[in-house]
Amino acid sequence: MAGKIEVTEEMFIPAENNFQEADRISRPTISYWSDVWRRLRANKLAMTGLVLIILLCLMAIFGPYMNGFTYYEQDFTKKNLAPNAEHWFGTDASGRDLFTRAWYGARISLFIGLMAALIDFMLGVIYGGISAIRGGRTDNIMMRIAEVIYSIPYLLMVILIMVVLKPGIFPIIIAMTITGWIPMARLVRGQVLQLKENEYVQAAKVAGAKLSWTLRKHLIPNSMGPILVNVTLTIPTAIFAEATLSFLGLGIQPPQASWGSLTNDALGSILIGNFYQLAIPALLISLTMFAFNVLGDGLQDALDPKLRE
Amino acid sequence: MLKYVLHRFMWAIITLWATITITFIIMHSIPGDPFAKEGTMPESVYENLQRHYNLDKPKIVQYFFYLKQVALLDFGPSLKSKTLTVNDYIEKGFPVSFHLGAQAMIIAVFFGLILGVIASLYRKRWPDYTSMIIAIIGISVPSFVLATLLINFLAVKWSFFPVATWKSWSHTVLPSIALAMMPLAYIARLMRTSMIEVLNQDYILTAKAKGLRKNAVIIKHAIRNALMPVVTILGILTANVVTGSFVIEHIFGIPGIGEMFVKGIMNRDYPVILGSTVFYSAILIFLIFIVDVVYTWIDPRIKVTGASK
Repeated sequence: MAGKIEVTEEMFIPAENNFQEADRISRPTISYWSDVWRRLRANKLAMTGLVLIILLCLMAIFGPYMNGFTYYEQDFTKKNLAPNAEHWFGTDASGRDLFTRAWYGARISLFIGLMAALIDFMLGVIYGGISAIRGGRTDNIMMRIAEVIYSIPYLLMVILIMVVLKPGIFPIIIAMTITGWIPMARLVRGQVLQLKENEYVQAAKVAGAKLSWTLRKHLIPNSMGPILVNVTLTIPTAIFAEATLSFLGLGIQPPQASWGSLTNDALGSILIGNFYQLAIPALLISLTMFAFNVLGDGLQDALDPKLRE
Repeated sequence: MLKYVLHRFMWAIITLWATITITFIIMHSIPGDPFAKEGTMPESVYENLQRHYNLDKPKIVQYFFYLKQVALLDFGPSLKSKTLTVNDYIEKGFPVSFHLGAQAMIIAVFFGLILGVIASLYRKRWPDYTSMIIAIIGISVPSFVLATLLINFLAVKWSFFPVATWKSWSHTVLPSIALAMMPLAYIARLMRTSMIEVLNQDYILTAKAKGLRKNAVIIKHAIRNALMPVVTILGILTANVVTGSFVIEHIFGIPGIGEMFVKGIMNRDYPVILGSTVFYSAILIFLIFIVDVVYTWIDPRIKVTGASK
């Protein structure tokens, strides 16, 4: 408040006329991605999602080995047991250990979700990228085709393809990616078209940059944000589609398990009061969907510079 | 306007044709033929059956036969039922499915809008958090999980509602709720975002400043403008309700088209699968067409840009 300011001689010495020193940036630069990460970290819901996803992935990797049972081993003397010290999640109608099956199912469900999202991503980037860079007539035709395929109901097509293919993990991934890449292609095309018009891209072109350079340095890094959000939100869609397929009996076949098929198997048992058989896979699917959805939403917010505070 | 409608209609027809063609190709790429299973059949009977169903003709001829059939709204006979045709199934199932779908959509739109509006008006207070928790649950919990939970608690444990089948109004409650939750959640979230955006606009400030009552501002100025984005996604959400309905119909044992589709898949009854897919797609494409037209009709801004093109 009333603190006296000590005035000394040195304060009156003229400053050195050093421009280089004045222009020096004294704080470390925050890159775009570390800025995004900073904003994402502040979002509690999104971080909960991220932590849940990491936990689910760890359990999918190690869970099936944790209590010494296998996912296919049947023991008819131990049918429909409630959760206990030996069988942590109880057993199913064939006496299989549900803890192992639930995490083995996690492995399959997450694998299918990740693979489908990855393939959709690659196909979408290639198709959308070519369409946008070529432009003109090629673009028009490619996008019309995509639009028509997109109008066909997704789940209907997936189910139809599964009728033809033999049930299994890879046929499911194929069925889901045959039509699943289109939203990504449209997104990539929109992004690239928008970026192509930006001054810095034009400037690069004028300066004689090759297409590969423009792609690597400008187009790809700058369109990464929305694409990442889309990938994050494709994973729960794929997991949901797989669960629905398995629930209808078209997906994963026993003795293999996925969350969808576990829910389907448990349907019969709720009438005899074994609710836990249903509750566990149901909870796991819901948690996964929740985690990916809130992470996707959080990423979307974190990537949006307009929401910067 | 008329030109726009005709243009959209033409694309709807092309999409429908593409769907029929793709479905036809998929169904006919299944190895073997429908009658090959019944091994004791005399050769002449087999040949007659082949001829009767045009299976002896080249694929391309069969394809044109099928296109002609579909154009005349005839989906052919069912292979499993000796007396019923696919048309009979659709005639029986459609009113049921339509009832279920319409009821679910009404619930979703009504409660979704209310939740969204409430959340936006009480932003960052408990009504907002409650609505958004409901929305997150709606997106995270797959419809078949929700359906089984509803059956377990409301029907089996507390017997408020009948467990399954489709007889009286009380039979329709649980399946409608299960089907409505997902679109309800999407509508609520979208309505919230859209309302918050509209409430920050200058014309809302003007309306408040000129002394309009709060309700008038919210209803006349905010809600009416915020509805636009919700109308755009109604088409996609209806598509979700329709494709979601076959899982729900299957769980609750409702004799609709969805159940017919699922049974068709389980019995490998190809005309039924083909017929119901085409029928479903036709309905969906038609609905999306209607939503597109209605959207341009209620939003004057689109009409202006459309006319200037």
